[in-house]
Amino acid sequence: MIAQAVANPVRLDAVALRADFPMLRRTINGCPLVYLDNAATSQKPQVVIDRMQRFYTEEYSTVRRSIHLLSAEATRAYEETRRTAARLLNAPETRQIIFTKGTTEGINLVAHGYGRKFVREGDEIIISATEHHANLVPWQMLCEEKGARLRVIPVDDRGELILEAYEKLLNDRTKLVAVGHVSNALGTIHPVEEIIRLAHAQGIPVLVDGAQAAPHMPVDVQALDCDFYVFSGHKACGPTGVGVLYGKTEWLERMNPFLGGGDMIESVTFEKTTYAPLPHKFEAGTPPIAEVIGLGTALDYLCRVGLEAIAAYEQTLLEQATARLLAIPGVRILGTARRKAAIVSFVVDGIHPHDIGTLLDQEGIAIRAGHHCAQPVMTRYGVPATARASFAFYNLPSEVEALGAALEKAIAIFGG
Amino acid sequence: MSNKSLYGEQIIYLSKHPKNFRPIEGADYKCEGANPLCGDRVTVYVKMKDDDTLDDVAFQGSGCAICMASASMMTTSVKGKKKVEAEQLFEEFHRLVKGELNPAQETHHLGKLTMFENVSHYPVRVKCASLPWHALRNALEKKAVASTE
Repeated sequence: MIAQAVANPVRLDAVALRADFPMLRRTINGCPLVYLDNAATSQKPQVVIDRMQRFYTEEYSTVRRSIHLLSAEATRAYEETRRTAARLLNAPETRQIIFTKGTTEGINLVAHGYGRKFVREGDEIIISATEHHANLVPWQMLCEEKGARLRVIPVDDRGELILEAYEKLLNDRTKLVAVGHVSNALGTIHPVEEIIRLAHAQGIPVLVDGAQAAPHMPVDVQALDCDFYVFSGHKACGPTGVGVLYGKTEWLERMNPFLGGGDMIESVTFEKTTYAPLPHKFEAGTPPIAEVIGLGTALDYLCRVGLEAIAAYEQTLLEQATARLLAIPGVRILGTARRKAAIVSFVVDGIHPHDIGTLLDQEGIAIRAGHHCAQPVMTRYGVPATARASFAFYNLPSEVEALGAALEKAIAIFGG
Repeated sequence: MSNKSLYGEQIIYLSKHPKNFRPIEGADYKCEGANPLCGDRVTVYVKMKDDDTLDDVAFQGSGCAICMASASMMTTSVKGKKKVEAEQLFEEFHRLVKGELNPAQETHHLGKLTMFENVSHYPVRVKCASLPWHALRNALEKKAVASTE
C-alpha cells in the first residue's frame, strides 16, 4: 500500500480515513457494509458526532439573543462555521454565507427572494434537462405564479448539456439561469464556467446547485463568478437539516427576505419592519445551532482531507467502476459525459433497478434505485428508473469489485 | 441466498413470463395502478359475468419482478372467482405481505399466492406486491386509477 501511495499522485489514504467513520464498521445481512449511496447522503466522521455531542452536553445555548456567556460562546462557534464555509467556497465575505435547511431551501430562498421580486409576466427562467426536482419545482412554481416561462437546456445522449441550444435560449426576457454543478442522476460535471460566462454577457444572474459538487471537488465561487451557489451539509459529512447558500452581496442586499420572524429584523413596529443586515436578514428564527456547528467540523474535516485529493481519488473509483460494470454483459451505463463525478447510473437487461437494489442489499451493498428525484432525466433516456452507485473518498477499490461481483450474482439469479 | 429470500424461482419465472399479460377488449372494469415514487405501472382489466363472477382478468404494464409476478399470480388467482371472493383474497394477500397472516398457522384461501410470503421481510417492497391488487380493487369499485403512495 505504501509503495503504491508513493507511486500514486493521489495523496489520500482511504483505508486510514475509513477508521474515522463508525458507520462503516456495520454489517448488513452478515456482510460488511459497502456504502455506495453517497449522492443521497454521506456518512459522518466521529469528529462531527463528537462535536455535536460536546455542544449539547457542555456548551448548549442559543445564538445572538442572550447576554450570558454561554450564548456568546455558542454564537462564536456558530459564526465560525460561516468562516469555514466561506473558506471552502472562497467567498469574499462571511456575510455572503447564509445558513439554510439544505440545498432545497437554498433554492427556494432564491426563488422567493429574487424570483418574487424581479421576475414578471412574460419573463423566462432557464434550467437544464438534468436538474434534480429541487432545482426544477421551485422555478416551475414561480413561473406559474408570475406567468413566466421555464426554458430547458437540452442534454445529449452522453448526458452533456447542448451549449449551442443554451445560447439560443438566452434573451432579454431571461431573468435567471439555474443549473446543477454535477447531475445527481447521471454524474455529468456541467460546464458551469461557460454557462455563467454566457449568461453574464447578457447581464443574467446564475444560480449553481452544488449539492453533488461541493463535497467532492474544489469550488471557487469567485473564479466561477456565480451569483448564487447552494449545497447541503448532510452530503458533505455534516448533519442533516443544514445547508449553505452563497450569494453575491449586490443580490442578497436587494432580495426580499424568505421567512419573517425573530432575528432577521432591525426594528419592528406594527407599521413597518426594517430588516437586519446580511446574513441575518435570511436567518429568521432560532437556527439549527448544533447542526451548523457540526457542519463546521465536517467542512474542516473535508478541507483537511483535501478536496483536490478527494476529487482525484474519486476519479480513480469512477474509472474502475465504469470499467468493471461495462465488462458485465447486459449492463448499460446512463451518463457517459467526458467530465463526470463519481456517480454511476446503470440499468441491467431484464432486471428492474429495484430488484437490483434488493439483491445488492442482501450482499450488504447500499445503492439507490429509482428516479433519483429527476423524473425528466429518466424520461429523456426512456427508462422508468436506474440503479445508481455513488462514491465517496472513503470507498475502496475492493468495494467497487464487491459491487461488480454482486451484480454478476444478481444477473445469475435472474437467469442471465 | 437465505430462506428469507425475496426471489423464489417461481417469482422470477413469472416476472419474465407473466400470465394474462394483455388488454381485454370491451372490459367491464379497467384501472391503472401506479407507484409514482418507483415508476411501477400496472393496468388491470376485468370482464365480468352476469352472476358477479370475474370471467377474465388481465394486465399490462411495467415494473419490478415482484410487481410483475404478483400481477400475473393475481390474475390467475381471481379468475373465475366471485367479486366478494376476490376481495377476500386481496385482504388475505395484503395481510400476508405485511407479515400479519402466517399461512402455516391460519386458514386462508391464498393457494400459490403464499409464494409472496417473504415479501413481509422487505417492508419497502410490500407496495410492489400489492400494487396490482390495489388496481384490481379500484377497478371493481369503478375507479380509473390506483396509487400505492
